[in-house]
Amino acid sequence: MSSSKKYWKSVEELNPKQSSAVEALKHKEFVQEIPVDEFLGDKETLESSSTTRRDFLKYVGFSTAAASLAACEGPVNRSIPYVVQPDQIVPGVANYYATAIANGYDFASILVKTREGRPIKIENNKLAKSHGNSNARVQASVLDLYDSLRVAGPMKGGENSSWTELEAELATVLNRLKGGSKDIVLLTQTFASPSTSKLISEFKEYYGNVRHVVYDAISESSALDAFQNKYGTRGLANYDFSNAATIVSVGADFLGDWQGGGFDAGYAKSRIPDHGKMSYHIHFESNMTLTGAKADKRVPLTPTQQRKVLAELYGKINGSAVSTDLPEHIKEAVSMAASELVKAGSKAVLVSGIQDVNAQQIVLDINETLGSDICDTANPVLTRQGNDKAVLQLINDMNSGKVGALLICGVNPSYSLPNAADFNQALSKTELSVAFSMKADETAVQTNYIAPTPHYLESWGDVEMVKGQYGLMQPAIRPLFDTKQFQDVLLSILGKDQSFHDYVKDNWNTNILNGSSFNQALHDGVFEGSTSTTTEDTTEDTTEDTATDAVPSNSGNAARALAASTANGYELTLYPMTGMGDGQQANNPWLQEFPDPLARTTWDNFLAVSEADAKELNLYLEPSNFFSQSSHDATGGLNGKYANVTANGVTVKVPVIIQPGQAKGTFAMALGYGRTEGLKYELQTGVNAYPLYANFNPVQTVTVEAAEGRHEFACVQLHNTLMGRGDIIREASLKTYNTEDKDAWNAVPVVSLDHKETPVTSPKVDLWDEFDRSIGHHFNLSVDLNACTGCGACVIACHAENNVPVVGKEEIRRSRDMHWLRIDRYYSSEETFVGDTAKKKNIKGIGSSMNDFGEMESPADNPQVAFQPIMCQHCNHAPCETVCPVAATSHGRQGQNHMAYNRCVGTRYCANNCPYKVRRFNWFLYNENDEFDFHMNDDLGRMVINPDVTVRSRGVMEKCSMCIQMTQKTILDAKRDGRPVNPNEFKTACSAACSSGALVFGDINNEKDDITKLKDDKRAYRLLASVGTKPNVMYQALVRNTNEA
Amino acid sequence: MLLLREIFITDYFSFMKKSYQSLEDNSTNDMKQVIRRFLNSRILLSSLIFLLTFSTSLFAQEGDPAKGKTLFNTNCAACHNLDKKMTGPALRNVEARLSEEEGLDREWIAAWIRNSAAMIKSGDAYANKIYAEYNNAAMTAMPQLTDEDISNILAYTAQEKAAPAGGSDVVAQTNTSAKGGISNELILGALVVLFALLAIGLVLVNKTLRRFASANNVDIPEAEKGKSLWSAFIQNQFLMLVLAIFFLLASGYYAFGYFMQIGIDQGYQPVQPIHFSHKIHAGDNKIDCKFCHSSARVSKTSGIPALNVCMNCHKSIYEYNGEVTAEYTKEFYDAEIAKLYAATGWDDANQEYTGETQAVKWVRIHNLPDFAYFNHSQHVSVAGIECQTCHGPVEEMEIMYQYSPLTMGWCINCHRETNVQVKDNGYYTKIHEELSKKYGVDQLTAAQMGGLECGKCHY
Repeated sequence: MSSSKKYWKSVEELNPKQSSAVEALKHKEFVQEIPVDEFLGDKETLESSSTTRRDFLKYVGFSTAAASLAACEGPVNRSIPYVVQPDQIVPGVANYYATAIANGYDFASILVKTREGRPIKIENNKLAKSHGNSNARVQASVLDLYDSLRVAGPMKGGENSSWTELEAELATVLNRLKGGSKDIVLLTQTFASPSTSKLISEFKEYYGNVRHVVYDAISESSALDAFQNKYGTRGLANYDFSNAATIVSVGADFLGDWQGGGFDAGYAKSRIPDHGKMSYHIHFESNMTLTGAKADKRVPLTPTQQRKVLAELYGKINGSAVSTDLPEHIKEAVSMAASELVKAGSKAVLVSGIQDVNAQQIVLDINETLGSDICDTANPVLTRQGNDKAVLQLINDMNSGKVGALLICGVNPSYSLPNAADFNQALSKTELSVAFSMKADETAVQTNYIAPTPHYLESWGDVEMVKGQYGLMQPAIRPLFDTKQFQDVLLSILGKDQSFHDYVKDNWNTNILNGSSFNQALHDGVFEGSTSTTTEDTTEDTTEDTATDAVPSNSGNAARALAASTANGYELTLYPMTGMGDGQQANNPWLQEFPDPLARTTWDNFLAVSEADAKELNLYLEPSNFFSQSSHDATGGLNGKYANVTANGVTVKVPVIIQPGQAKGTFAMALGYGRTEGLKYELQTGVNAYPLYANFNPVQTVTVEAAEGRHEFACVQLHNTLMGRGDIIREASLKTYNTEDKDAWNAVPVVSLDHKETPVTSPKVDLWDEFDRSIGHHFNLSVDLNACTGCGACVIACHAENNVPVVGKEEIRRSRDMHWLRIDRYYSSEETFVGDTAKKKNIKGIGSSMNDFGEMESPADNPQVAFQPIMCQHCNHAPCETVCPVAATSHGRQGQNHMAYNRCVGTRYCANNCPYKVRRFNWFLYNENDEFDFHMNDDLGRMVINPDVTVRSRGVMEKCSMCIQMTQKTILDAKRDGRPVNPNEFKTACSAACSSGALVFGDINNEKDDITKLKDDKRAYRLLASVGTKPNVMYQALVRNTNEA
Repeated sequence: MLLLREIFITDYFSFMKKSYQSLEDNSTNDMKQVIRRFLNSRILLSSLIFLLTFSTSLFAQEGDPAKGKTLFNTNCAACHNLDKKMTGPALRNVEARLSEEEGLDREWIAAWIRNSAAMIKSGDAYANKIYAEYNNAAMTAMPQLTDEDISNILAYTAQEKAAPAGGSDVVAQTNTSAKGGISNELILGALVVLFALLAIGLVLVNKTLRRFASANNVDIPEAEKGKSLWSAFIQNQFLMLVLAIFFLLASGYYAFGYFMQIGIDQGYQPVQPIHFSHKIHAGDNKIDCKFCHSSARVSKTSGIPALNVCMNCHKSIYEYNGEVTAEYTKEFYDAEIAKLYAATGWDDANQEYTGETQAVKWVRIHNLPDFAYFNHSQHVSVAGIECQTCHGPVEEMEIMYQYSPLTMGWCINCHRETNVQVKDNGYYTKIHEELSKKYGVDQLTAAQMGGLECGKCHY
């Protein structure tokens, strides 16, 4: 329309036979010639002019300077109050709301901290009996709310649409399909939501030909099938490890995301030596996991061998003979595990991560035989409901045109299905496909419509994570975009004049609450139900009865089937990484920069290879030396070769990392990376491993060969071993701990004074005079190395609380990471750390030191692992404070080492003088800077910033403040109430986020605080105490249960 | 967020922050409670009323408008105005109007005043009509008013509207102030003229004397032209050196002073979108600071009051009747109140909210840098410091300005000199006992409590 308009300057121009004048003028910018010659040609006038060029420049310079000086005025800040202030909001005061996250992968009851109506932080909900703890991804999920790439409104084929249009078309198509031959299919995540279940049942009833397919990107289908076969409910056994005496795990990474995760708190409890006892943990696995790293005995073996181990365990415990061809040392371990299990009886538990119905059936049977109290089958976990066979069936049906309409919610099959291409093709054969999604992800861009859904912090809902344990989900902010919940759309299609909020409330009042108050349940976020709700049965939807087919009726047969399994070639294990999970949070810069607890890499996934295999397959990079750079650059940056991994005809090219503890003949690769749609360029990291995930089996037989190129990793820890420095991570066996004196294994270091050995705690060897610190508060932080599982929830909690910037892969590779809290991971170079220390002691002379120290740099094939969270140690005699030329860092009476950013001039002397290397320098401006295009570069992402903490600028040093804003707030609350601070009231972000109880914070001048007892515990020691820094952070020595008599 | 109102409503000053909708709801609730409370005594009362009405009709006296005014202001003014519809109808000549238009007598009015709810219930036509007309807002029952009171009130309402006296007052004042101005200038002008005349006189006298001298051939001794003081000064190197040093020091001093005041906005007095006079509110009307700036008690920010807080009072205060000056006239202030109405979407004529609101963008006066943490509640609630200590005589400020420099030195000084309020605060009991023993003092300053540590304000 607008293009038909014509603008004209003269009538002449409109003349179809244009005159030559018009034609000539078209080519000139100015109608008349610019009389340049007139000015510059006349030399005489120019020379006689009184204004010279220099004068002219002077005037211009002066007037510019004057004008800019005159314009120098302070900025005018505006304050805009509410017109009508909401009841609960007081500007400057945080509100907490209880809600729950249930994104299909992570399920947890949580508290949300909001400031002026903005959610800024996730906290654990202590009222929840189960799943009340957040992991790193849940902690980071608040940033997903402020994702600038969220879909802002309904889209149709890439164009903006409206909810009216979308709902109208959806209703039309669904009504046409109602009762017809073609199915209406809901392909969704696991909701574990009683109200959503009820709603979907109603939806099914209304339309008749509706199929609900539940899809978990990382499947637990076989465990679900086994449980369903045995106990009738589609769920997973719940484990409370806190009372366990013996834990045997065959390939189950239960401190990671195995069967939905959330077991670490209970496990950590059983690991703290109490009255001389702690659990004994035997772990069989092929790739190094968090769980394997914490095990007392770790046996590396291939996935096929894992099956045989399980079969043999079954044989040993049930007394039936199952013969396998396992190597002798594994057989020994198995018989030991079996006898330990039997010995512990009801306090023993066996878990397995083998994705095989047989294996899972055996596990349930053995636990039943043992009479295990740890394994709770009466109240199963409901956070995984996916059915692989139904998903595969769906793709077939779509291809054969049996599916009329497909509503996808909460899942991203075009990315996460192994046969994503088939799915995409099949998608085009449906009449209507709608993706209910927050992002224009791989699936959403393929569908007819994108129906934007709100973030869980903008949604209503409910969840039943464990049978009988209910959680409510409530919005903590009004929807930022024009979004609608999936359930609300279903309600409106069903013609109900009801919001999902009302629907949930009705359902709870009639079916769940049993007369209790809804508002109370909403306030608590959790509710323990006595009545059981009937959940919608999704298995009936599959055309054939898939769940029970091919399952041997008796476990003996199952064990024999396992024992008979064979492997041909290398085996690849696909696993979820701690930071990325199933990949739905890939556009979250906090998680991208979160270092993997084991490999310590960021912004990447990789192929984990054992050193032996790497050398054999030409995937090994020699250590760098003076003459050549190989495995490391001169800057320290870690390099890796590439490998082509092929399984079932699919090949992916992936960088290689040498992983100590990786069983020979096996590889591991993380799922969840390699996303391409709906995320910023910098965050499109890693390689997608889902194409290798054929038949939802995490174990695949693969061929691996070296490929061209060299990969640059961003790894935050370049040194892997402790080099025999047992002083850094003190450890003792349970026997030593129980029987020997503290000085034998946790002695106070001594230094030489007048050639006499004097304890470092003595004031005589101190450079400084001691202050009296007994008055007022004195904060200490205790880190229990036994309880810490390395999960990293504290790292993200610290990011969120303290506005720690994200710096990007390049900067991390230059060791310019900004994490205030890091979790160092050490491997032993010998079989054990004790062995390392002994080896170091025996080094004598230059020859052996050159040789042996070199050897000690490389980790063992099956090393012991230790995690050590390191943050600023808040030394009472801090080396950083004495070297600061401007006194920007100084000590407070409450034990905190203060950092005044506005005073810092950036000399970095403090960082150089810090023995713990915890100070972080702002090399660049990380906020509002296009070079660092992460969340702090857009208005939406900056909403997550904690207003109580300064956002640092370029050129200043920063570090852990021991959350001084939180301690100050606790003090102020007490002052305002006119009461002493309550016991254990002080918290830091990390200690509040720690679900395993490894991080305990408190005031050592208050006898009622837990920290006061921990301070005098015989396991307590201070890091590098021999330096005399007198840190306010203490560590509880690692005690390993070596199972000695 | 609003969806979450179901929980956490119990805030001890939530009445200030309630939306107007819920305020009205609340008032209705209160009313019901009041009614219930008086329910038992109703029979007694009605008989009393009967007696009283009877007796008053016997006396049938005219009321005293002066007493009526007092009674009106205490009991009625919250909802009624004489000439303007508010929560309730305008009451000027209400008695005459009712008897003319509706044929209702004083007894009806008295019954309505004492218990309108009962009348509505009884089905009285006009009672129900007026109830419906004013959005079913029940009138507070006033059984305590005697017949005499009511006749006094009615006498007050029957008064003729006074001529707008305020206007002429202003004119008069303007005139006087104008007169004052002119007279000052006149005096000054006269003085200037006087001095000019004197100067001219002196010059003339001088000239005349010289003329006389020349006429009489008297030599006027010329002052000897020695070395001028100036050149002597220039040649004195010592003096030059001292002067140079003096100049350098002085310029250094002033330069330092200049640079140190950069970013210090003491006296910053911006023009605000609405001319809000703290003098009228906090000074003339003695409203407590924290009545409006309520979050100062609990939060780090003192909070600029939400506009619904203003409307708690300004719903009935629609015009300014206080002291005026030439610059700030009644019309000026009324216009500012109108701005508030526009922002909150209050339709004053119909006494209802239109729903069209617009935020007021105040200019922020006190700007602390981001790296300094300041918490109002610490100083206001815990330390019990008067707002005026830092904000100055706000109650005298027609236009608000920054009173204190807000520099770190200023903070630190106060922390050094101010004693901590430890009395009756359980938090301080132990620490005060220990610290005062350590320092050997009775009273601890904020500095001794650690109030000078960097990390207490910078994090």
